[in-house]
Amino acid sequence: MNEQLANSLRNQPDEHGKFGIHGGRFVAETLMPLILQVEAAWKESKTDPEFAAEMEYYRKHYIGRPSPLFFAKRLTEYFGGAKLYMKRDELNHTGAHKINNVLGQALLAKRMGKTKIIAETGAGQHGVASATACALFGMECEVFMGAEDVERQKPNVDRMRLLGAKVHPVTSGTGTLKDAMNEALRYWVTNAETHFYIIGTAAGPHPYPAMVRDFQSVIGIEAKAQLHEAEGRLPDAIVACIGGGSNALGLFHPFLDDKDVAIYGVEAAGHGIETGEHAASLNGGRPGILHGNRTYLLQDDEGQIKDAYSISAGLDYPGIGPEHSWLHEIGRVNYVSAMDQEALEYFALCSRLEGIIPALEPAHAIAFIATMIGDMDKDQIVVMNMCGRGDKDLGAVLPILEKQGKL
Amino acid sequence: MALDRIETCFATCKAEQRAALGIFISAGDPDQATSTELLLGLPEAGADFVELGMPFSDPMADGPVIQAASLRAIKAGITLDKVLDMASQFRAKHPHVPLILMGYFNPIYIYGVDRFLDAATDAGVDGLIMVDLPPEEDTELCVSATNKGMAFIRLITPTTDDKRMPVVVKNASGFVYYVSITGITGSGRASADSIANAMTHIRGFTGLPAVVGFGIKHPDHVREAGQHADGVVVGSAVVSIIADNLGDDGIAAPDTAEKAFALVRDLRTGTSRL
Repeated sequence: MNEQLANSLRNQPDEHGKFGIHGGRFVAETLMPLILQVEAAWKESKTDPEFAAEMEYYRKHYIGRPSPLFFAKRLTEYFGGAKLYMKRDELNHTGAHKINNVLGQALLAKRMGKTKIIAETGAGQHGVASATACALFGMECEVFMGAEDVERQKPNVDRMRLLGAKVHPVTSGTGTLKDAMNEALRYWVTNAETHFYIIGTAAGPHPYPAMVRDFQSVIGIEAKAQLHEAEGRLPDAIVACIGGGSNALGLFHPFLDDKDVAIYGVEAAGHGIETGEHAASLNGGRPGILHGNRTYLLQDDEGQIKDAYSISAGLDYPGIGPEHSWLHEIGRVNYVSAMDQEALEYFALCSRLEGIIPALEPAHAIAFIATMIGDMDKDQIVVMNMCGRGDKDLGAVLPILEKQGKL
Repeated sequence: MALDRIETCFATCKAEQRAALGIFISAGDPDQATSTELLLGLPEAGADFVELGMPFSDPMADGPVIQAASLRAIKAGITLDKVLDMASQFRAKHPHVPLILMGYFNPIYIYGVDRFLDAATDAGVDGLIMVDLPPEEDTELCVSATNKGMAFIRLITPTTDDKRMPVVVKNASGFVYYVSITGITGSGRASADSIANAMTHIRGFTGLPAVVGFGIKHPDHVREAGQHADGVVVGSAVVSIIADNLGDDGIAAPDTAEKAFALVRDLRTGTSRL
């Protein structure tokens, strides 16, 4: 192995699916043979030109990739510092980055001869993307969604139903994303031989964290090439919001070895980390084992998992992908946070200044950028991942903005 | 010694020409007093060994009955120290009955693996069943537990094929637990034929006793599975009795434990192979 490869941060995980101490395969025995099959199929697909060609075809003609890299001129002027570029993954078919991963896993399922799909969803974006891919490939789709989220995100539930998916409202536990994932895993245990589980974020048992990251890395690969074309150089900083962290890893991973690029992951601080009502697993949690992997988790002193809180249903998860936990521990990525109120503010500002209504999730990334970009030089460059569009959030956000007199 | 107790238990049952009856309850459900009364009385009611669940907030392999039991116990303030205290009381009263702790890894990981194994050994625990620790993660707990003389009881499922079976039984000790359905606790039940086939399959790979669990609720089910297996485990059916005897205030009716014992006595009648 040459020195460059040996020192690369892009070679993770090891053969046990570990990123440092994080990751692994902490699942019931029923699922182990399945997970090993998924891993074998995924490895095989990586060197198959036919699979690559199929991915490329659907990326281009179905998702609409490459997504543009847009210079946000008015926000740049407003902040008065470095130039801000947005990777426009909200323009993908279905309105978020989720489809990048879903399409890859659905093609893998197809390759494995599976025609039945299981998915969990919080805000509904991953559920909609899964339902969409299942319609496209003629597969059955079972989506598990917390009962509370089913109420909060009705338009997405309607979309999934229209696309032919069956939506299971989950009332067990606290009826949120973590419980939806528990229930999806239970359903998979029960239907292990027939179903493929499309996990929506870069978490879960190995090989999911690495596989999801690889399918999402198209974001960073494109951004790097596009910025090179526009500016002839690397960015000074890249920024993305983090729930489970798949959009962030998709942007970050191709830049991990570019040492001069500062990387920021923005967790949801909810009402503030000190209040305990937040979803910041790295900044407010500690390592533990949940949903098939070791990673930073929100939990009490007895190892019982605590509920996450964020105004953004997509960030409202008590864990984080294991690769982020490792990148946090080795210090390559800076994990910061933004609160509900800050995200709301930049949700509105971005809409007014750029004509782009961001999802609440990337609004957290803009809120963090607002705290640092003004101090950077005008010839410096920041790239953020606009990972989803905000239509889904209007019902939750507008009453608050109205009340605050910001409409 | 932990392994001796388990070995003796299965040898005795075999000599008596019956299947060993294992009963599962969630520690601290619905409160510690009721749960302790239940735990301590199980052997007299007919349990040959006991599986004491360590409640976890996110039990991903459990059905609604045990999920609800776990949440009740957590709400009532169960901790791992309290589970171990219940284990000590059990050991003091029942020097010969195997006691197995069953659960998910996170609470033990947070407690500290070595600290937990020392405390569990002191409390007289004989073995562990960890739902989310497959052989691939043996360095987390299995190796240390085995070194301390604690049985590490492996789960075998219908998806465990010939290729995987040697991996699964490699570091197993005490006995192996056949999860007779691809499903969660308290759901469907396997046919007698499929259990018979699975037992033959498993015995081709290990000499350890093999018990059957999942979906077994009545003496008839015990009889059917017990013809082929060395032991039978009943969990959700016993735990359901607690749920069915809770008042609106969440407090268990005074005769809850007695009702559970009645079920255990009834189940015990199904263990004979004669």
